[in-house]
Amino acid sequence: MAYSDKVLDHYENPRNVGSLDKNDPQVGTGMVGAPACGDVMKLMIKVNDDGIIEDAKFKTYGCGSAIASSSLVTEWLKGRTIDEAYAIKNSEIAEELALPPVKIHCSVLAEDAIKAAVADIKAKQAAKESA
Amino acid sequence: MSASIEMPVLNNHDDGHPIYLDYSATTPVDPRVAEKMIPYITEHFGNPASRSHPYGWTAEKAVENAREEVAKLVGADPREIVWTSGATESNNLAIKGAANFYSAKGKHIITVQTEHKAVIDAVRELERQGYEATYLQPEPNGLIDLEKFKAAIRPDTVLASVMFVNNEIGVIQDITAIGNICRANNVIFHVDAAQATGKVKIDLETLPVDLMSFCAHKTYGPKGIGALYVRRKPRIRIEAQMHGGGHERGMRSGTLATHQIVGMGEAFRIAREEMDTENERIRFLRDKLLHGLQEIEEVYVNGDLEHRVPHNLNISFNYVEGESLIMAVKGIAVSSGSACTSASLEPSYVLRALGRSDELAHSSIRFSIGRFTTEEDIDYTIKLMKSKIGKLRELSPLWEMFQDGVDISKVEWAAH
Repeated sequence: MAYSDKVLDHYENPRNVGSLDKNDPQVGTGMVGAPACGDVMKLMIKVNDDGIIEDAKFKTYGCGSAIASSSLVTEWLKGRTIDEAYAIKNSEIAEELALPPVKIHCSVLAEDAIKAAVADIKAKQAAKESA
Repeated sequence: MSASIEMPVLNNHDDGHPIYLDYSATTPVDPRVAEKMIPYITEHFGNPASRSHPYGWTAEKAVENAREEVAKLVGADPREIVWTSGATESNNLAIKGAANFYSAKGKHIITVQTEHKAVIDAVRELERQGYEATYLQPEPNGLIDLEKFKAAIRPDTVLASVMFVNNEIGVIQDITAIGNICRANNVIFHVDAAQATGKVKIDLETLPVDLMSFCAHKTYGPKGIGALYVRRKPRIRIEAQMHGGGHERGMRSGTLATHQIVGMGEAFRIAREEMDTENERIRFLRDKLLHGLQEIEEVYVNGDLEHRVPHNLNISFNYVEGESLIMAVKGIAVSSGSACTSASLEPSYVLRALGRSDELAHSSIRFSIGRFTTEEDIDYTIKLMKSKIGKLRELSPLWEMFQDGVDISKVEWAAH
């Protein structure tokens, strides 16, 4: 399988690997995929009071394209509002990384991870407001 | 003879050329073998079947010498050796040839789920022709339970086919015991020994085996040449699958490839003379590799370690995904339990038959060590694996969960 230079770069030098404190009320976590399918992505975002994503970290079990997709979105997420983050489409990720058709699902998974992380932080905020 | 042919470099660690650790896929031709083959391409080019002139006689003599060398390595009579194009053809000829010849006796065949595709697909073809087949599941260590084998035999069982040494996990089946069961039940016994020559002692004078497949290129001979052992006492008959000029006593027609045959003979001669010392050296390297890799957490050896050739080490690295693992080990030429096809990752059917989970089967690597592997190669490999596995696990959310004591098999994953 031939990988694009961008995929190889993210695979060799993944950005923002790691975890944030999942119990922090400002941190949203999205975990998507399944080991049996060969991909699991965990994305964590830290959102400040202005709704801006200050930090993003990921861990991914998966192929080079899955690792690259999640590494790329952590770069994109920083500095965006959660609504802007929610609007990121898998096609943008696939285009940026020049993913071949068989690897499009990796970009879909990365989009799902963003949406799951945003949903988590929104749920936390809603719980805080009603408390 | 002057060594005008030199070994290619298989272990240059710095020029981007990966270290060759895939000897179970194929071996380089030993320079001594190549040296011996060359005159039979140019000078002694005669057809071994030409009886009317010295060109033919010279070629015939070389073929018969090689036949003797092949027979000697495996304790057979030279008249029991039939040349073929390789183990795939030998397996096809043995299985279809014997099943067809003895079809009046019955139409049931026993084989094992972990056999090479050349055996499994030959049996599948017979199923299409109306035969029935039992594909035995091995135990989790890769070995066959003799009682289960016995239980699979039916009154109409005509043939059983069990490989000597498994190509993926290197386990050695108890060929003597299985053969004795076949003898007691009047079942013809075929053994695929492609991965066994030069690695385990084979003595067909005492082994209760009727048909045995060999090839040259797993034992430092050339590709494209193999042999089938066909027992004479008691005589086993097979139906030819290749028809023509009646070569090889009618069992396999086609002009003999003299240079290839000479190569196989020389490769098997060297194997006979050097296998004891070579296997000792390879066992030392394998043990070193095993101990080095076992310093990594959560590694699992696939297949029995005791009943196994030292040349093979098949290991799963838990919590690391297969395709990223393949990308990570570019510095070594190994084979992976995941065949990375364009559409999806298919885990190895051999590891699946042992009951390994998809994840563990995906994250497996087959290291196979051979004649030209050095201790330096092993040191490099251990270092490479430690650093790459460490890096991939640092990236792996599953590894993090494992470290936190989460049982991953109990997590409810959202399917996608």
